[in-house]
Amino acid sequence: MLLIYCPYCEEERPELEFRHAGEAHIARPENIAGISDEAFERYFFIRSNPKGIAYERWRHIHGCARFFNAARDTVSDRFLATYRTGEPKPRLEGEGQ
Amino acid sequence: MVEAARRTSPLEGRAFRGHGIVLAPAAPASRLSLRAAEEALPALSKALGLSLPRRPKTSAAEGGRAALWLGPDEWLVIDEQGADLPALAAGVSALHSAVDISHRNTAILVSGKRAEEVLAAGCPQDLCEARFPVGAASRTVFGKAEIVLWRTGKTVFRVECWRSFSDYVFSLLEKAARETM
Amino acid sequence: MAGAFRLPAAGRLDAGRTLRFTFDGVSHTGLAGDTLASALLANGVHLVGRSFKYHRPRGILAAGAEEPNALVGIHRDAARRTPNVRATVQELYDGLNAVSQNRWPSLSFDVGALNDLAAPFFSAGFYYKTFMWPRAAWERLYEPVIRRAAGLGVAPDQPDPDNYSNRFAHCDVLVVGAGPAGLAAALAAAEAGARVILADEQPQPGGSLRFESGAVIDGKPGWEWAQETVARLAAKDNVRILTRTTGFGYYAHNMVALAERLTDHLAAPDAQAPRERLWQVRAGRVVLATGAIERHMVFPGNDRPGIMLAAAGRTYLNHYGVAVGRRVAVYTACDSAYAAALDLKKQGIAVPVLVDARQAPQGGLVEQAREAGIEVLAGHAVTGTRGRLRLSAIEVVPVAGGPQRRVEADALLTSAGWTPAVHLFSQSRGKLAYDAGTGRFLPGTHAQNAVCVGACNGTTDLGMVVEEALHAGAEAAGQTGAQARGATARPEARSPEGWSAGIAGPAPGAEAGKGGKAFVDFQNDVTAKDIAQAVREGMRSIEHVKRFTTTGMATDQGKTSNLHALAIAARMLDKPVPEVGLTTFRPPYTPVTFGALVGHGRGALFEPTRRTPIHAWAEAHGAVFEDVGQWKRAWYFPKDGEDMHAAVARECRTVRQAAGIFDASTLGKIEVVGPDAARFMELMYTNPWARLEVGRCRYGIMLREDGFIYDDGVVGRLAEDRFHVTTTTGGAPRVLHHMEDYLQTEFPHLKVWLTSTTEQWAVIAVQGPRARDIVAPLVEGVDLSDAAMPHMSVRTCRVCGVPARLFRISFTGERGFEINVPADHGLAVWEAVWAQGERHGAVAYGTETMHVLRAEKGFIIVGQDTDGTVTPDDAGLAWAIGKKKTDFVGIRGLRRTDLVAPGRRQLIGLKTLDPSIVLEEGAQIVADPNQKVPMKMLGFVTSAYWSENCGHSIALALVEDGRARMGERLYVPMPDGTIEVEVTSTVFFDEKGERVHG
Repeated sequence: MLLIYCPYCEEERPELEFRHAGEAHIARPENIAGISDEAFERYFFIRSNPKGIAYERWRHIHGCARFFNAARDTVSDRFLATYRTGEPKPRLEGEGQ
Repeated sequence: MVEAARRTSPLEGRAFRGHGIVLAPAAPASRLSLRAAEEALPALSKALGLSLPRRPKTSAAEGGRAALWLGPDEWLVIDEQGADLPALAAGVSALHSAVDISHRNTAILVSGKRAEEVLAAGCPQDLCEARFPVGAASRTVFGKAEIVLWRTGKTVFRVECWRSFSDYVFSLLEKAARETM
Repeated sequence: MAGAFRLPAAGRLDAGRTLRFTFDGVSHTGLAGDTLASALLANGVHLVGRSFKYHRPRGILAAGAEEPNALVGIHRDAARRTPNVRATVQELYDGLNAVSQNRWPSLSFDVGALNDLAAPFFSAGFYYKTFMWPRAAWERLYEPVIRRAAGLGVAPDQPDPDNYSNRFAHCDVLVVGAGPAGLAAALAAAEAGARVILADEQPQPGGSLRFESGAVIDGKPGWEWAQETVARLAAKDNVRILTRTTGFGYYAHNMVALAERLTDHLAAPDAQAPRERLWQVRAGRVVLATGAIERHMVFPGNDRPGIMLAAAGRTYLNHYGVAVGRRVAVYTACDSAYAAALDLKKQGIAVPVLVDARQAPQGGLVEQAREAGIEVLAGHAVTGTRGRLRLSAIEVVPVAGGPQRRVEADALLTSAGWTPAVHLFSQSRGKLAYDAGTGRFLPGTHAQNAVCVGACNGTTDLGMVVEEALHAGAEAAGQTGAQARGATARPEARSPEGWSAGIAGPAPGAEAGKGGKAFVDFQNDVTAKDIAQAVREGMRSIEHVKRFTTTGMATDQGKTSNLHALAIAARMLDKPVPEVGLTTFRPPYTPVTFGALVGHGRGALFEPTRRTPIHAWAEAHGAVFEDVGQWKRAWYFPKDGEDMHAAVARECRTVRQAAGIFDASTLGKIEVVGPDAARFMELMYTNPWARLEVGRCRYGIMLREDGFIYDDGVVGRLAEDRFHVTTTTGGAPRVLHHMEDYLQTEFPHLKVWLTSTTEQWAVIAVQGPRARDIVAPLVEGVDLSDAAMPHMSVRTCRVCGVPARLFRISFTGERGFEINVPADHGLAVWEAVWAQGERHGAVAYGTETMHVLRAEKGFIIVGQDTDGTVTPDDAGLAWAIGKKKTDFVGIRGLRRTDLVAPGRRQLIGLKTLDPSIVLEEGAQIVADPNQKVPMKMLGFVTSAYWSENCGHSIALALVEDGRARMGERLYVPMPDGTIEVEVTSTVFFDEKGERVHG
């Protein structure tokens, strides 16, 4: 069971209070009604699923109820950072590939 | 014209006492789910007669009324005297949302020297006094139900949950209470 | 005297506290504090089980959790029959009833032992090879026979009547293992002020001090120091000591799972008390003091009852006061077995010979043994053993060659050295490092905030163990921010023993494969030869060797055998041990009951059972309930003598003729509040909302971004900035989650908030021609006339004197109201409505009638008539999409090629030609029933009922190009015949929809 630092509650809380919510930093396109099939495919279907550092969304659904973002190493399960919705991706050591 | 319909609480008749723990349904109270941005807090605090807390996992209480921080723009306001909380909020013009949830929630009072340990049967948060001091409040889980946990005294907690989960929450508390450690 | 082998001057048990127990029906006497194993040995019982594959007689190998052989069934009563209990762990209680396993008809005469003679047939990987041919024999012959023969104990066939418990716990320092290292670490951490949890699998802490007779700590015998230290720790309010508690799993972010056994040692446990408790501990820092596990010597005939680990023999002697034999020989390749020989000698037990595989063993213990008059045969090997059900003699030869000598002995203690118990460290994803000097895998790089101390860390000198542990405990406390309250005094600790030497793999003389089977893994009957064969047959990785031979599997997970197997494989492959690799250590360390894992979550506490405020009334009025998610909903209300069909027919008829009253409280409700509420609704639903007047309602459809229907419900506008949204019963939580997701992450600029009000309101639906007459007397302040309050409107008012939201809506096609009142008033208002209803001939109806009535009108149920691949147009709901809207969730998905292509399945009605046949939901539909199998399926039935109001059965179905097939004849092939159907509109009743307006 993971221990996740909620950037709104400002402390680590047990995973049971959270829900994973998929890959982060995939913005819904402006004027979505007019985008091409390819653009819609990229937005809706394609996910990176990396081995290593993954940027992902979590929701502290049984806590403050906020969505937030996290950088987690999918190999070690270590969280490198969690940050509020709308904030940019943090620069992390060991990243670059 | 018609007599006002009576109230039936979901946990009517439930109680447990023994092994250093007391479980009791709380009296009916009025409750507000209050949502607001930072700018509205002074006006809302004034209208409610207490200072809406801004720090996570904290609460503010004044008389029989309390506001529990649940999220960065969310408070659970509880008035044990049954005040008309929506009416108080309605007078505030600053942007906010006030929704009456007096009947959505019900509460169980957990008290006694084993309170922390009994709650630990289903709540994964660290409830020791250093980490969850008197006045601390948090939405969390208890077993398979969502609760709002509020520590009102050294050995007293108020467990708020949605009414249809209260039977489960009470039963699990009671199960844990019967297990002497 | 409790047993002929109990020694009056040895051990720590109280000879006055005797207990009776039975093993295979034979009654014996033991002492309080015994394990089943020590009590059996005290009575001279060594034969306790039969091995898994060859059914060889087996005895007790160990004195702790690593035991591979002595697995028994403990039978308390018909429901409490626990199989595969290690006799070395099971504490004795008065009346304990144990039975041996894996034998027939009896332990001493077992027919299955024929397998031993047929051993060549059962060599490594036999089940991959032997049962290949003929293929047809697998299902009928081989598998049933193998399944019957496989497994050890018999699982109980009744529900587990015991209680199990769960606790979450948090601490600064968790210490796993309470031997000298764990105790010292816990003491240092506790005295520094940290919150400490100390867990140990034994009933009494002390670890190796149970048998290590020469240990002295702080000037006291080791065991005495241990008990004093426990008492000091127990007196502190910042320490929790958990005995009989196994740390079995080390998970992410320093969460360690502990299984505490609470009643298995009691003669008459309180039936209400939990049998076991699962502790989910989150620790700041974990101190692993899990000790080491002794390895047996691998030599021919090493599995005979009477042959056991040296430290086990010593534990039985020094702790339990039991001699494991009258003439006890010793076979070793390391020093610690010498201490065992000396302890036996001191108690007057004959030690005919101490065989040491090493050429020139040296050191204090070796000298002491010789001085004590023990014949030490250095450079010798045991090459065979004698005795049918119990050891009677061993064969000894010089390693360098020479004459064989037979030595009479009724027990043999062996030790090939100690394997550090790195299981939890490894589970924590720590990396092991191989120490070639001592041939051990030791903790290397830590992956979590943990430290290993003592024998599991490879530290074997007692003085250094205590020193290292005190340091680790204090450091752990300091690191987690505990306020130092002063340093722990450093007691001096010494012991004549060292545990670092030894050998892995077969002892000299065993490699030739002569003289019988040399077992590596007792539990799986894997011999040294089997491992070698696996390598010869091409297994290169130790993981392959494990799966091919089954070495290291089953309940003991190879605690005594893994290093032996690895060493043999490495030698065969001519590779260094670390290159062949260790198999992965996975939780649990020792078997954990399902009960402990499930904890409280069974029976009524399996999951929340949600009931509406009106539940009690429905119950009192005979309702039959159905489960809808976690909710209990009234399904139908049978009157005396009615079956479901009759009750539902009556309810359906009455609603349309007079009225019906229905508990709709479970409907999801979300209050959408804020100046941008309408803008938000525009984005979340396909429908237009901006111009919906206050006081009016609209049926809304919510899509996912892919264009498929996600949920639906009626939405009322209470104010410019306030909507009352309803969702499906099952959809309520996910719809709110979905809305919050968009609001927080895609549309955070909108000034609107969402609040779940599902449980704030009890909802009483009153439907039917008399609905208004029933409701009217109870409502204050609202004109209920059709003109003032038409269909699809909502008013805030008072009902029965309490604040209410009154909706004029209909899911039946009849004139209908839904009264929302604060939930605590729900029951009283329902009763008032019911009293009015009775005057007008109304019925209470349940979800089945609700389903039928809505189907008569062609109203869909999301999740029943849709399945996540249905668009609004497919469902005939294209009208609900705001044509002028430029954005809503799903707008782009709806334009995907496949979603606008012809030939999609569309929702249509079906009438059976035989009006009495009710189709089966899920049944497939074809155009030509005579085509070849597999037939082309055009679609399937989504809803089907008997319609009392129509006088025939009705069905909804998703059918390819359905709307173009009106009047067409289709077929539903069923196992007992094909049913003919006709495609119709989805509306079966009141096609013009007039009744809803009154």
